[in-house]
Amino acid sequence: MSKRSVLTFAFVMAGAFVPVFAQEPASAYPADMVRWSIITAGFALGIASGLAALGQGRAVAAAAEGIARNPGAAGDIRGVLLLGLVLIESLAIYVFVISLILFFLKPFAA
Amino acid sequence: MEKLEHPLWIVQLVNALLGPLVHRVGEALGYHFTGHDVIPPFMVMVLLIVVFITALCLFVRARLSVEDPGKLQVLVEDGVRAVMGLLDEWIGPKGHQFLPLIATLGLFILLGNYMGLIPGLMSPTASINVTLGCAITTWVYYHIQGIRAQGLVGYIKHFWAPPGAPWFIGFLYFPIEIISHTSRVMSLSLRLFGNMFGHELVVLVLFSIIPFLVPVPMMFLGVVIGALQAFIFMLLSIIYLQGAVAVEHHVDEHGHEAPDGHHAPAAA
Repeated sequence: MSKRSVLTFAFVMAGAFVPVFAQEPASAYPADMVRWSIITAGFALGIASGLAALGQGRAVAAAAEGIARNPGAAGDIRGVLLLGLVLIESLAIYVFVISLILFFLKPFAA
Repeated sequence: MEKLEHPLWIVQLVNALLGPLVHRVGEALGYHFTGHDVIPPFMVMVLLIVVFITALCLFVRARLSVEDPGKLQVLVEDGVRAVMGLLDEWIGPKGHQFLPLIATLGLFILLGNYMGLIPGLMSPTASINVTLGCAITTWVYYHIQGIRAQGLVGYIKHFWAPPGAPWFIGFLYFPIEIISHTSRVMSLSLRLFGNMFGHELVVLVLFSIIPFLVPVPMMFLGVVIGALQAFIFMLLSIIYLQGAVAVEHHVDEHGHEAPDGHHAPAAA
């Protein structure tokens, strides 16, 4: 590990952990709870959108294959595909809404 | 984020005109207002849509003609026929009675989604209040229609066990059904809200980075998303209605279902 990356790591760790010492005893949550909740929101949205993209990709691939095999059924397949895509997408949207709450409403603010 | 939002002139106008009246009525009813706008922006936008739809319908009705239909009349007729086709496909011929609510919801949400693309206006559907209102309306409506179609006892029985299943499956099935039905409000409202608010947020962020030409692809995406979400809201409302008003399927001795129409996939 180069000296520079060690320094960077130390800075990041310092930035992450310094507010712990500045926390107020009166509040219900630690002072850096907001920061961690925002980091969590970012990761949660990343994971959710990645998995939703995987699922939607599988659905679209299957639908395209189905239409290629039987072009006559394209209308029906399109309807089912649209419904399925939306239901998959809504799961990612839920996580997005949770992330928005963590970003803007800050429910864990001290 | 609040700092990036500038006050819209139409919101200020409506507040200057109707604000004191609403304020007085609200105070008389025991509600205390906070913030500087008595009428929130999304409410103003909803009122705008209501005025627009009413004006459009009156305008179309005034020049209604069988021999020489105008372009607008053909457009409106096609829209109504498309929703009717959707109802036919999912519910069957008796689905036409649900046309008013479904088509109104679709038109309202479509206009609400597209409003955000016009400068000086904003999407009312990017507010959780509006989408939750639409979702609760749909939810209450399909339960009422279900009770009307099957009777109160029949409707509750259809929560207890699926047709053809033994009665004790209800101990397992009933809690799941209750959760599934209550989560529909959340799923309907959050889907629309998340899509529209997320879209506004993306456009806002891109505008704050490079305010020239770069947000245009995202705004085009907004056109696609707006139509799609309006369609999906309508489609899911129809599917929920179909699940509520569907009469029990007849199962013959071989276990085959009678060919009495379309079978919908289960939707959350």
